[in-house]
Amino acid sequence: MARRLPPVDVVLVGFGWTAAIIAQELTEAGVQVLALERGEFRDTVPDFATDTIQDELRYAVRKQIFESPERETLTFRNSAEQTALPMRHLGSFLPAAGVGGAGVHWNGQCWRFLPSDFEIRSQVEQRYGKGFIPDGMNLQDWGVTYDELEPHYDRFEYLCGVSGQAGNLGGVKQAGGNPFEGPRKRDYPLPPLQRSASTTLFDKAAREAGFDPFPCPAANASKPYRNPLGVQMGQCTYCGFCEWFGCGNYSKASPQTTLLPVLLKKDNFRFRTRCNVTRVNTDSTGRQATGVTYVDIDGNQFEQPAGMVVLCAFAQHNVHLLLLSRIGAPYDPKTGLGVVGRNYAYQITSAVDVFQKERLNPFMGAGALGQGVDNFNGENFDHGPLGFIGGGYIALWNTGGRPILQHQLPKEAPKWGSGWKQAMHDNYLTSTSIATHGSVMSYRSNYVDLDPTWRDDYGNPLLRLTFDYQPNEHKMSDYLTDQATKIAQAIPGATHHAKKREGHYSIVPYQTTHNTGGAAMGDDPRTSVVNRYLQSWDVPNLWVMGASVFPQNAGYNPTGTVGALTFWAAEAMKRYLKNPGPLVTT
Amino acid sequence: MNARARIAGAVALVLASVAGTGAVVANSAEVQRTSPGPHVSAEHGRYLVRAGDCMSCHTADNGAPFAGGRAVPTPFGTIYSTNITPDRSTGIGDWSEDDFYRAMHQGIARDGHHLYPAFPYPWFTRISRDDVRDIKAYLGTRPAVRAVNRAPELPWPLSVRGAMAVWNGMYLHEGVYGSDPTKSAAWNRGAYLVRGLGHCGACHGDKNFAGAVDKDHPLAGGFAEHMYAPALTGGKRDGLGQWSEQDIVEYLGSGRNAIATAGGAMAEVVEQSTQYLSEADRRAIAVYLKSLPAPGTERQASVGDGTMKRGAALYLDNCEACHMRGGTGQSGAFPPLRNSSAVQAAEPDTLIAAILQGDRVPATKADQTALAMPAFADKLDDREIAQLTTYIRNAWGNHAGSVDAGDVHDMRKQLRKAGH
Repeated sequence: MARRLPPVDVVLVGFGWTAAIIAQELTEAGVQVLALERGEFRDTVPDFATDTIQDELRYAVRKQIFESPERETLTFRNSAEQTALPMRHLGSFLPAAGVGGAGVHWNGQCWRFLPSDFEIRSQVEQRYGKGFIPDGMNLQDWGVTYDELEPHYDRFEYLCGVSGQAGNLGGVKQAGGNPFEGPRKRDYPLPPLQRSASTTLFDKAAREAGFDPFPCPAANASKPYRNPLGVQMGQCTYCGFCEWFGCGNYSKASPQTTLLPVLLKKDNFRFRTRCNVTRVNTDSTGRQATGVTYVDIDGNQFEQPAGMVVLCAFAQHNVHLLLLSRIGAPYDPKTGLGVVGRNYAYQITSAVDVFQKERLNPFMGAGALGQGVDNFNGENFDHGPLGFIGGGYIALWNTGGRPILQHQLPKEAPKWGSGWKQAMHDNYLTSTSIATHGSVMSYRSNYVDLDPTWRDDYGNPLLRLTFDYQPNEHKMSDYLTDQATKIAQAIPGATHHAKKREGHYSIVPYQTTHNTGGAAMGDDPRTSVVNRYLQSWDVPNLWVMGASVFPQNAGYNPTGTVGALTFWAAEAMKRYLKNPGPLVTT
Repeated sequence: MNARARIAGAVALVLASVAGTGAVVANSAEVQRTSPGPHVSAEHGRYLVRAGDCMSCHTADNGAPFAGGRAVPTPFGTIYSTNITPDRSTGIGDWSEDDFYRAMHQGIARDGHHLYPAFPYPWFTRISRDDVRDIKAYLGTRPAVRAVNRAPELPWPLSVRGAMAVWNGMYLHEGVYGSDPTKSAAWNRGAYLVRGLGHCGACHGDKNFAGAVDKDHPLAGGFAEHMYAPALTGGKRDGLGQWSEQDIVEYLGSGRNAIATAGGAMAEVVEQSTQYLSEADRRAIAVYLKSLPAPGTERQASVGDGTMKRGAALYLDNCEACHMRGGTGQSGAFPPLRNSSAVQAAEPDTLIAAILQGDRVPATKADQTALAMPAFADKLDDREIAQLTTYIRNAWGNHAGSVDAGDVHDMRKQLRKAGH
């Protein structure tokens, strides 16, 4: 029997990026907020301290900083005809557990989506015609526009101390920045990171190939920074242990380095760790959330009543919780009806490895130290003749030169023994890799639901993921890889090896932790779970944050947009708290 | 000049204590100008309680504010702070203003027992009667908490409280601060705060075998627990000689300036106390401290090339990512080590302790992050830490005594004993 706890105004499920932002915003508005986190408390010192964190075997290979599939996992299959099996080892994506969430171990690649991304269906129909959209693709506008989100992107960038170079200030193109970006009101808070030998090489080659390279926006501080809350960050040291590590130098933006020093001092904010939320509770009408039920590390069950519930867990965990709590109509792939679990999407990546003569010292890197090309993203180019929807960026990321996982060897190099050692010796300092990072649209056949067979520690059905790459995505990714190859070809004296993404989606090799959808936002309750303010259509005092609300995935890393949407939703929550009820009526 | 003023003050104080309350009040006329006037002001008391950092000692970890119970380690044994909430049976709810004044002024509790000078009455005796009254008034507004005081853990004969009467006879220079008419109002206000309520010398003063601060060198630097609180006198390297008044004002307000960043116990002092001082009071403290002369001789040290070379390598591997090449630090984030008076302090204890157990800067209103340094106790051995400390104290134009592995070994033992 669950023990009933004293009620709070707002309960947050999870304590990562979105929870920290919502907590900061709502506590400023005088509301009492409680965050429930399944993992541990973590802070820069001692958990990510420079004298212990740079351990590739422990963190990157043995994955000590991520969620543990022994405790939580999902089942997977490529298509509805198959039987899904549990994922017993993390692979394709790496969700976090613990305070700060994936905001601790991300790279800091902090993009804005293109204005066209938010109105993709309207723009595609207008530019290429309705018939251009393939059967089975659930292409949807977001219900929010870039212009509406611009101030919120700005807030997130200034919170994080993003290093970058503006390409479009108020509609005026800026030399050296991304010429395709949406207009921004002001420049980035910090100048771009120092370029490395390999990003310089890329910049030159991309120009020769006729593209428009620019420094990618990085939530790695290029200089010491004090954000608008008075929280400080130290200058990035280019140590190369960003991705899959916590930052020991206060240089990578995370809840710990941008919000927690202020938030944790507040009397009207509290958090509890080792609390796994298993249900959102509703009243007898099913139209009002009454709080959540959670289980602590010892298996004790608690009921936490709350006036408002905000789901701030990782994308698919939010959807899992909605399904378990029977909030919203679950998606049925047979009829195409229902919304919860619909429009799961991902991203499609590929690489072109480059082998050349110049010494590049790849170990001097930063998570988001990169030079990118945006000529083939979103509606930045005419893909009508190419016959696909979507696009992506091409970039050379110099995130680091960790010996186990971050090295490139020529195709013909031996896989072990002295031949492999020789190849490492010959290539480690001079090889690099150009990445492509492409959008994935939503499809009727890609979704999440509750598994009929497998259950978790608490006796609840596991989430079941049914997902595969579709011909549209392969076509787009192949095209992006061909463009990346042109850049590789422009590097003097280089040989290259293009690694296209082929065949079915596999959950085994790491690709990206950019899982999206399942609780799409939108203007139509028949195709979305939350309205344009991320408020549940069914239960107005329930809100869903994070990439689970993306109707489909764009060609960029999602955190910048997740941050902007969270600030956008927080503004709406403040209006809701003054005058509760649905903010959009249908 | 200064010495003569002190002697005059001391004479006045002796007279005051003989003549009683009336004389004391007359003597504090100058100070009264900075107090809010004859009416009791709990709000002013709140400010003074912050300035005196009373809460730090009188609150246990995770305990109720002002309910006492915090262990205060001394070289003689552990003393526990007392309950100063207005609880009538276990706190000071039953104390009269006179009772409270006697405790602050003479170190004698309401029932007549002697307090130990871990309670800084040798400094608080300088506080004006009005200010003491306001402090009491503020404490009276705090929630009463029932918490029985814990007996100190001291060896005989110190366990006999009467022994403190002897101590007081030898070392307590009782009496309210007497202003120096030859100095500015700001100087006098600064002296009043530093020598009285601020009790800066409790850490920054050199202590004798009995734990009493050397009255001739009250701010010349001193040991405090396992740290060494650097000199606040005018020494160029290890004192405030290179600091401007503005540097001091900034440091007390935010815990950092271009020269140094507060760490260890001082980080807590800035967080709990000095950041709440008005700018005028922080400036008054600066005016007073900047008037203190430099000590006569500065210690010279010569360090071998081999040690410096090994130290430089250790610095590159372990420190440079934050403290940067050349020990410049990162403005607004990590402290500089070059030209730092804390780094070049007469004794290296603070630096060794920081390397062993890590440290953090204060979180203040202006700078919200308590930026932390990790502990290196498990990563570097005694010899390496000695080389590194010696290097930092002598690189980039720094100059201070070298450190040997035995010093580091002793510090490890001290920290272990203290449960760090």
